[in-house]
Amino acid sequence: MNAVSSGVPPTGDGPLLRVRGLTKHFPGVLANDSISFDVFPGEVHALLGENGAGKSTLVKCIYGYYRRDAGEILIDGFAADLRTPQEARRRRIGMVFQNLTLIPALTVVENVALFLPDLPIVMDLPAIAGELEALGDRYHLRVDPWAHVQDLSIGQQQKAELLKLLLGQARILILDEPTRVLAPHEVEGLFQVLAHLAADGLAVIFITHKLNEVLQGADRITVLRQGRVAGRLSRAEATEDKLLRLMFERDFSSLSIDRPATGASADRPILELRGVATEAHGATIALRQIDLKIHPGEIVGVAGVSGNGQRELGDVILGDLACARGSKWLYGKNVTHAAVGEMRRDGVGFIPEDPLTMAVVPMLSVLENIAVTRTDRYALEGGLRMDWRAVRLDAEDAMQQLGFSFSLAGPARSLSGGNLQRMVIVRELSHDPQLIIASYITRGLDAQSARAAQRALLQARARGAAVLLISEDLEEIFLLSDRLVVLYGGRIVGRFRPEETGAVAVGRLMTGSQGENGRAD
Amino acid sequence: MAEPTDRRAPAGPRRILNGGLRYAAMAALAFVLFGVILRLAGKDPLQAYRDIFTSTLGSAYGISEVFVTMTPLLLTALAVALPSRLGLINVGGEGQLYMGALLATWAALRFSHLPSWLLLPMMIVLGMIGGGLWAVPAGYLRAKGIVNETITTLLLNVVAPSIVAFFVFGFWHSPMDTNKTPNFVPAARLPTLFGTRVDLSLVIGVGLLALFWFVMTRTRWGLEMRSIGGNPWASRRNGIPVQRYIVGVMVVAGGLAGLAGMAQVSGYYGVLLANFSRGLGYMGFLVSWLAGGSPLGILVTSFVVAVILTGGNLLQLTRDVPYSVINILLAMTLFVVLARPRFQRRRKTA
Repeated sequence: MNAVSSGVPPTGDGPLLRVRGLTKHFPGVLANDSISFDVFPGEVHALLGENGAGKSTLVKCIYGYYRRDAGEILIDGFAADLRTPQEARRRRIGMVFQNLTLIPALTVVENVALFLPDLPIVMDLPAIAGELEALGDRYHLRVDPWAHVQDLSIGQQQKAELLKLLLGQARILILDEPTRVLAPHEVEGLFQVLAHLAADGLAVIFITHKLNEVLQGADRITVLRQGRVAGRLSRAEATEDKLLRLMFERDFSSLSIDRPATGASADRPILELRGVATEAHGATIALRQIDLKIHPGEIVGVAGVSGNGQRELGDVILGDLACARGSKWLYGKNVTHAAVGEMRRDGVGFIPEDPLTMAVVPMLSVLENIAVTRTDRYALEGGLRMDWRAVRLDAEDAMQQLGFSFSLAGPARSLSGGNLQRMVIVRELSHDPQLIIASYITRGLDAQSARAAQRALLQARARGAAVLLISEDLEEIFLLSDRLVVLYGGRIVGRFRPEETGAVAVGRLMTGSQGENGRAD
Repeated sequence: MAEPTDRRAPAGPRRILNGGLRYAAMAALAFVLFGVILRLAGKDPLQAYRDIFTSTLGSAYGISEVFVTMTPLLLTALAVALPSRLGLINVGGEGQLYMGALLATWAALRFSHLPSWLLLPMMIVLGMIGGGLWAVPAGYLRAKGIVNETITTLLLNVVAPSIVAFFVFGFWHSPMDTNKTPNFVPAARLPTLFGTRVDLSLVIGVGLLALFWFVMTRTRWGLEMRSIGGNPWASRRNGIPVQRYIVGVMVVAGGLAGLAGMAQVSGYYGVLLANFSRGLGYMGFLVSWLAGGSPLGILVTSFVVAVILTGGNLLQLTRDVPYSVINILLAMTLFVVLARPRFQRRRKTA
């Protein structure tokens, strides 16, 4: 336990890695705004922040995966122009990505051999395997070198990735959300390994948004918020409350939007989920024991770090994902096994998190895309003809109400990301849906359009529709919701009224720290 | 209201002209390459091409023979083009065609006493059912996400001719031959047109192509199918019953290939021969991909392919060139045409 205060290096040496004023723009977003931080040899350094705080972008810039716009990176005090991952590797920086990059059909030792820069033409795999085993013994990273990667658990694959980097002589190890794929007992093992590596003089940087992990495994912590450094703490100084304030604290009391009371909660709910659970496939997460009611004239916000079941929640309500357990009720009617088409005909609108893959058919025209969810409505003579005039009128009507304008002619693929999002909003709100599932509705929109989209949800609420608002923007959730729930690990872990809580309390549940302390204020 | 449909040609006639020129240039390239091969084999390519041309397009009889060859290609190409709109690759035209011929033949032999107006529709329906059923496993396994339809249809192609052979050799062969059934009664023969060997199935094929165009561009179902082909994940969330469409379209496609099989035995041969098809299903696959799945393209391409095939027959007779050489020409055409998307993409970025 080498508890040191924030500014002082844990060893006598200077920093191994210095980042000075690193700035990175993406179109429309300032992902990293002049970020500076140091990493010393022998420390485990955590980068903590909400989704979209800029953590991943920052480490990808350091690894040369993205080209930074401004700022400098110094290794051992010398400026390093890291423009590609290859250059970063030559400077002995190694990175474990969120999605592991091993080749499943090959063995561990073959994967490692592929990564070595000086691999001879005739490989000596047994020698490499021997080195792997020696390293594995040293750092408690035991993986059978001759096992095929596809037969390994995710935790073992992660160990293999680490071994790969170590054998490649990395001195700076970067791990992008390493605990996301691990079971709780594996997390503890990982932090032991990282501490061991640091004790041997390596510098370890890991990304997380979970407080307990930071407090458990990091020597120093840099907190990012909205692309900036919000604070730096050593482990000794850090407490959960301090970290939460740095991550989330904002004053929402000044926010206001015209949201008249609808006094709805007494009515029968439009949507009700009773004990709904789903099965996880591949990269998806299983929902467990979801109980949720949405009444007419009510907006229910779903707060959470994305990847905690938001996509699955939307899909299971829409009917694209089957309920493994529990039941689903729409206007008091059991729709547990209803097809997507039936749900839509019953007045469910769905704005997914990623319109390009989940809502839009790029090769069809904009007008065809608008018609395609409600072909029954626009079919003439039993489907022999389509009433394109009606489609156009409906679309123009909805566009005028929302204050959006984009071209209805031409293929959908010619629209920009923001216009695609507008098109989906127009389509999904144009038939006065009674239930609206809106995921990340303002993503990709400019401030004015974002306001228009939010106002549209409030209009729907005012005419008695039920809205499920899934968002990772707490401000948006506090602004619009009548009630809010927090989704974490596929479960609803908290229920609030926005006026009775604050961002820090919600953030505490979002980051999974409630389980540690048993608090739920 | 044509505006939502013509997504392929936003720039109008000039683009069509460009496309036409490009096609012509590619065809020319294929013919030059083939000429080089003929030259190497010691034949005179110009004379060979002249022979192909005069024997096919140079006389009314030649043209009618081209139509005869073209007829089954229309249907087997359609059996590929329709599923391709959903992103499905049906390589099983050959097997589906055999199974259609099998069921149609059963009706022709079993109900030979029935009048033509009853027997022919019955054979058509049974032919389509035979081909359609043969596509069910492929459609179902694909819809459930178990096996890719390309694999299943291809494997079933090997099975179908064996089943036909089993029935022909085992039960149905005529007293004189072992490898074919007795000749069909006149009532089981598709009527021919204008005293040529061209039969009614040409009209049916062209009619179905027109229907295909209409359904895809004008109707609700065409919109839904194009939506599935463009983005199946979005289509599911947009409420389109994707699995049902996959099975349904595979069955209809199989039925079209089965209809081609029925037309072959009822119109062209008037008898069911074991191994009668010599790859009509695969040729349909070639035609559909050359045509990019468009109905008009299928009409033109199958005509051109039919000219090459009929001309090849003649080359074999008069020029002492093996028939298989024609396959080289077809393969070259495919090769050159399949290189086309590259061209277009490069132009776009330039």
